[in-house]
Amino acid sequence: MLMLLFIDLGRKVLNFMYFIGGLTSLAAQTVYLTLKPPYKYEHIIVQSKNAGYDSFPIVSVVALFIGFIFALQSAYFMQRIGSEMYIASLVAMAIVRELGPVITALVVAGRVGASNTAELGSMQVTEQIDALETMATNPVKYLVVPRFVALSIMLPVLTLYANIIGIIGSYLICVWKLGITGNMYMHITFNSLLYKDLFTGLFKSWIFGMLIALISCHEGFNVTGGAEGVGKATTRSVVFTFIMIIAADCFFTALFYFIFP
Amino acid sequence: MIEIQKLSKGFNNNLVLDGLNLHVSTGQTCVIIGRSGCGKSVLLKHIVGLLRPDSGRVLVDGKEVAVLGELELTALRAKISMVFQGGALFDSMNVTENVGFGLIEHTHINRKELLARVEESLFLVGLGGIGNLMPSELSGGMKKRVALARAICIRPEIILYDEPTTGVDPITADSINGLIRSLHDKLKVTSFAVTHDMKSAYRIADKIAMLYKGKIILEGTPSEIQRTTDPVVHQFINGLARGPITEGD
Repeated sequence: MLMLLFIDLGRKVLNFMYFIGGLTSLAAQTVYLTLKPPYKYEHIIVQSKNAGYDSFPIVSVVALFIGFIFALQSAYFMQRIGSEMYIASLVAMAIVRELGPVITALVVAGRVGASNTAELGSMQVTEQIDALETMATNPVKYLVVPRFVALSIMLPVLTLYANIIGIIGSYLICVWKLGITGNMYMHITFNSLLYKDLFTGLFKSWIFGMLIALISCHEGFNVTGGAEGVGKATTRSVVFTFIMIIAADCFFTALFYFIFP
Repeated sequence: MIEIQKLSKGFNNNLVLDGLNLHVSTGQTCVIIGRSGCGKSVLLKHIVGLLRPDSGRVLVDGKEVAVLGELELTALRAKISMVFQGGALFDSMNVTENVGFGLIEHTHINRKELLARVEESLFLVGLGGIGNLMPSELSGGMKKRVALARAICIRPEIILYDEPTTGVDPITADSINGLIRSLHDKLKVTSFAVTHDMKSAYRIADKIAMLYKGKIILEGTPSEIQRTTDPVVHQFINGLARGPITEGD
């Protein structure tokens, strides 16, 4: 029984190592092929629309609610200690440094990452990826590079947008429900934010964008077993992406804490 | 010319190809027959470099496919077209974009010339005027024909067919066989097909080779194959349940 547990654990560790190895190899190929001409701008534009432009509505809704919720939750404690005025700086800091990048990345991973895996997975099981190769077209260059470039550009853009919407959400709660004046709210918000807060948040979202593209494409390329395989790969892709986003967030938050104390 | 020398390939300790040898001359149509899962498609994928041999060599026009660099492999693939079992048409593109894909990606052909080449290829497979349809709007037989049109549009020197008649009705299968034969006669290409449909094999082949237990056990002209006394080949070509080939083979 114990032996079986060890074997199972060993298999899981091995699978994880394969995953990391495959992901690293795909990342290296993708970066190389991104820099290597020819550049297919039209594919990048199509993917930017899918990943970025089409994500604006859902990001707007989620960011607005996050702004509402965070303002209300902060108010609960801040009112007790008589520091309602600081809700604006607390919300701005939390959204710009942390919630904006992470929530946007999770939303995009669920929407775009899952769609990438399902699309590439379906192409894999119907031999369309093999067909690309036989037609002398590198599937990484043709399928992964546009998604990689589009997500690494569009995720910071979406994050910036989510930051603004989140702060507006908090503004609405504070101004309408907590009696803070609009001018005061904006004054405190902009005074408390530093450029490095914005930079660290956007840098993280750039990393998250690349992670979403690479993991979703990697899982799509490795689909086996037909429709069931596509379903499993899509689930795995979303789960792995969520874990990797949180892990990367933890790593970079700690790194920035020590680099820019 | 395609030359396969002592080709071996296995997956998860299961040896699929076991020292296989085969020669296909330029302009010849060679059909590989064998049971489902015996490694026919695996063999095909080695020719176009989608799989690498565990041992042995695959030479196309004298060049060993597995050791080619990126540029050389791209150049080789530009001379080869492959027709996949399910067509492998790109879902997100219409028929014109699918058929013209190779030209769009690898040449600087203008739009007018591209459309002319695509229409000419579609006309050759009997499907003129369907360029605006999406793959989801096509029947199984039409998908196979569009895949054929895509294969010939780049004017290849070698065409590989993976089960060209599987999954279509007998009448469509016969017209696809006729199409393959006529394309071969018109375009003078080297053709390499894998199938377990004997009717198709007899109709299109100059040479038939039987793949069994990872090796070519017999090769010859269609009439030689039909007259064979080899018990394995005899059982397979006549579709007999009893004989040396068992369910597990």
